[in-house]
Amino acid sequence: MPKDRSEKVRVTIDGRSIDAEKGKSILEVARECGIEIPSLCYHPGLESFGACRLCVVEITKPGWEGWKKLVTSCLYPVEEELIIDTRSEEVRENRSVVLDLLLARVPESDVIRQLAAEYGIHDTSYTKREDADTCIMCTICVRVCDAIGANAIATLSRGPDKYVDVPDKDACIGCLACALSCPTNAIPFEEFVNGKRKIWGREFDLVYDEISHEPIGTPEQIDHFAEKSGLPKEYFLKSDKVRKKETAVTFARVQF
Amino acid sequence: MSAALSFKNPEALLAYAEKVKKYRQQRTMEIRVCAGPGCIARGGREIFSAIKATIEKNKKELKKKNLEVGVKFEAKCTGCHGLCEAGPVVTFEPSKLFYSKVKIKDAEEIVEKTVLNDEIIKRLLFKSCDSRGGDLIKKYTDIRFYALQTKVALRNVGVVDPSNLDDFIAEDGFKAFVKALTEMSPDDVIEEIEKSGLRGRGGAGFSTGKKWRSAKRVKQDRVWIICNGDEGDPGAFMDRAIMEGDPYSVIEGLLIGAYALGATDGFIYVRHEYPLAVKHLQMAINTLEKAGLLGKNILGTGMTFNLKISRGGGAFVCGESSALMRSLEGKVGEPRAKYIRSVEKGLLDQPTVLNNVETFTCVPAIIDKGSSWFASIGPKSSTGTKAFSLVGKVKNTGLVEVPMGRTLREIIFDIGGGIIDDRPFKAVQTGGPSGGCLPVDKLDLPVDFDTLSRAGAMMGSGGMIVMDDRTCMVDIADYFIRFLIGESCGKCVPCREGLRQVHELLDRIIRGDGELDDLKKIDRLCHTMEVASLCALGKSAPYPVTSTIKYFRDEYMAHIEEKKCPAGVCKSLVKYDINKDCIGCLICKKQCPVDAISGENKKLHVIDQDKCIVCGICYEVCPVDTVDIISGGEIVNRRELEVVNP
Ligand SMILES: Cc1cc2nc3c(=O)[nH]c(=O)nc-3n(C[C@H](O)[C@H](O)[C@H](O)COP(=O)(O)O)c2cc1C
Ligand code: FES
Ligand code: FES
Repeated sequence: MPKDRSEKVRVTIDGRSIDAEKGKSILEVARECGIEIPSLCYHPGLESFGACRLCVVEITKPGWEGWKKLVTSCLYPVEEELIIDTRSEEVRENRSVVLDLLLARVPESDVIRQLAAEYGIHDTSYTKREDADTCIMCTICVRVCDAIGANAIATLSRGPDKYVDVPDKDACIGCLACALSCPTNAIPFEEFVNGKRKIWGREFDLVYDEISHEPIGTPEQIDHFAEKSGLPKEYFLKSDKVRKKETAVTFARVQF
Repeated sequence: MSAALSFKNPEALLAYAEKVKKYRQQRTMEIRVCAGPGCIARGGREIFSAIKATIEKNKKELKKKNLEVGVKFEAKCTGCHGLCEAGPVVTFEPSKLFYSKVKIKDAEEIVEKTVLNDEIIKRLLFKSCDSRGGDLIKKYTDIRFYALQTKVALRNVGVVDPSNLDDFIAEDGFKAFVKALTEMSPDDVIEEIEKSGLRGRGGAGFSTGKKWRSAKRVKQDRVWIICNGDEGDPGAFMDRAIMEGDPYSVIEGLLIGAYALGATDGFIYVRHEYPLAVKHLQMAINTLEKAGLLGKNILGTGMTFNLKISRGGGAFVCGESSALMRSLEGKVGEPRAKYIRSVEKGLLDQPTVLNNVETFTCVPAIIDKGSSWFASIGPKSSTGTKAFSLVGKVKNTGLVEVPMGRTLREIIFDIGGGIIDDRPFKAVQTGGPSGGCLPVDKLDLPVDFDTLSRAGAMMGSGGMIVMDDRTCMVDIADYFIRFLIGESCGKCVPCREGLRQVHELLDRIIRGDGELDDLKKIDRLCHTMEVASLCALGKSAPYPVTSTIKYFRDEYMAHIEEKKCPAGVCKSLVKYDINKDCIGCLICKKQCPVDAISGENKKLHVIDQDKCIVCGICYEVCPVDTVDIISGGEIVNRRELEVVNP
């Protein structure tokens, strides 16, 4: 649905009055005016998911007689007269517990350790997970892979045992989108070992740009993007740099 | 009679109803064999077949006695009669005679003695547990369990044969729907439901009328109507009993809802583990499609309503509204985080009304008898009746329905007959796995939505688990947490990680490694789970823990400070000892699975604590009760019942 650009709502975030675009989430609006709200499962290119609960903020409205409500800012749409507090005690308390829980889940993750430290947590108060990796189950990888159309990654099982995996290895196109969007670098991959790329236990060939000799991607990835976009495959056989150069030449020709 | 029925208009249906009722007036005897969830497991269906076969054999005899089969006499298989504890149950109309614990081999005797010769088989009468003597009770109307109930949602369950449309019509089935169609506008229906004060029976207790009205306000061509029959609470079977025992009432409720909302399509989402409910609902749908009560041009009025059954995703969380709708869309049944209500954007992002089975079943009753009748039952803010499945350490386990506002004591002691073996009552858990546990001094609380929430428990869908003094409240809290760990979808951090850590902390206390600080940690964690979880599963998951800490704090403290489990349950904190009254009978020694007991005939036996695995077999088998449970240095077995029930 196209957003009605003209419609604005007036909200207050941490005491600042802001004209916000209707339809946007509190998180988006706050970030646009430089108010930082921590997030882990939010990804600007994907639909909000609301899983990590780190982005919680407190809201109230003039008619609510002081009653406040904790909401997830990545999901909650801005509304007229909304008064948002991104740093209240209740907000900090719940973020602390969430980070403490995450620290118990991924004690080795630098990203989580740093975030937790900002909330004064240096060691988790809970029981650490044994053999912990650094996956926090934000599922950005699953959703990115889904958005690309490869649908190779899925969550399996449920509850605390839930994990992320590639049930059908053949579906993976080795594009690295998952690994590069992971907020905690939990998806290991290797490149240029014997001219190959390794991810999710699979080895992919790499295609190089004929002119610049830069690596472009895997053959599977190039085929997939060509098919999905409807563009000729040749388009994807060039590295970004070469493509930019060619575009510059084309424009030069058009203009002069 | 109903095989090839088809009603061209409302009048035709009403006329047919008159005909059926008139024909049935000739009936002088009816046998109702229970095939509800409890009785079917103990052979209810086979008993029915045996009775049928005997009737077939005695056809001539019956006719001679003026009991012509199909006219004056009928035997039918029905849904749950409620008193599952006494099952398999067989009842007689109009005499109200009640037979309990019936066996297949009793079939012949029942027909020959009771049917043909009016003779009561004493052996099959229900023994009352109200008085210690155990009076034999003939009529079910004289059994306190039944006498104290008011049936609205369960009005036809145990009364009608769920596969027989005539049976339903004879009980005024579709009368309410016809009334809505012919005498009321869709808005009248919504107003009537609003005025009745009906609140959703599936958990949250949201006003049904309000929900319908908000869906109606959304400007969209299409609105969906869905019945939630996912019922995943362990021990709960109210919705199952209704869907299996009275499928037509559920559908009539949906039809009235569809008429009010202008919905043309609907679903009944049935729990995966309920094949019989699916079967009975499907049979009913097929019959109604042929009869002109479902599909296109219903009763010739131009109304269209297509109803389909969808099998549940097989997880507790699939019953949650957004997860259920995802599952219906063919996606994984996980709750979706959103701040848009499903009445606006539900199934396929279109306005959707989701109500519970029991909620829909109340609807025809309200339309038929009027909103003021319904509103006159129970307190103002929680009108009508509520069905409960009463399970656990209570004498009369089964399905009950009472007016809202009855006290827990009335339900557990008067209807439920009290605690098994007359042991002391300890707690009752209401509201399913994530409900709260209430102690003895809350027994006089009226059972309604608001009172229960205020007490830290909840109405939930109506599960009621009764616990006696041999239940350890820390252990039970951990039991529910473990159930919820298995059922959490694992999407959000507070629920997924929080449940795991609450379990770790409780487990420490149970093992005897708990510290005072752990209770504070649990408190903090529970708060975050409650306010920051994504769906109601995580938000309510802490209740079993917070309520037990609130009401049974001493028990937590005993585990933590004295390393003692007062109920003698937590294995790491108890040991078994044989006292000096031992008669040396060798029984425990022989039964001990790890040979931990030594001692000779007629000599004191001794348990080797290093070998003992605390299985409790010696405690169970000792014929003279000389095995003691020791915890925190004290004897904690409660053989003698010092505390008498209040
Ligand atoms: C984890 C979870 C499980 C649920 N299971 C059920 C269920 O089995 N049946 C049901 O009617 N409602 C269930 N609910 C409640 C539904 O989300 C919803 O509120 C209800 O179906 C609405 O109907 P009502 O207004 O008639 O109660 C569940 C909720 C949660 C959070
Ligand atoms: S960023 Fe909002 S819940 Fe994760
Ligand atoms: S199943 Fe027969 S009485 Fe409940």
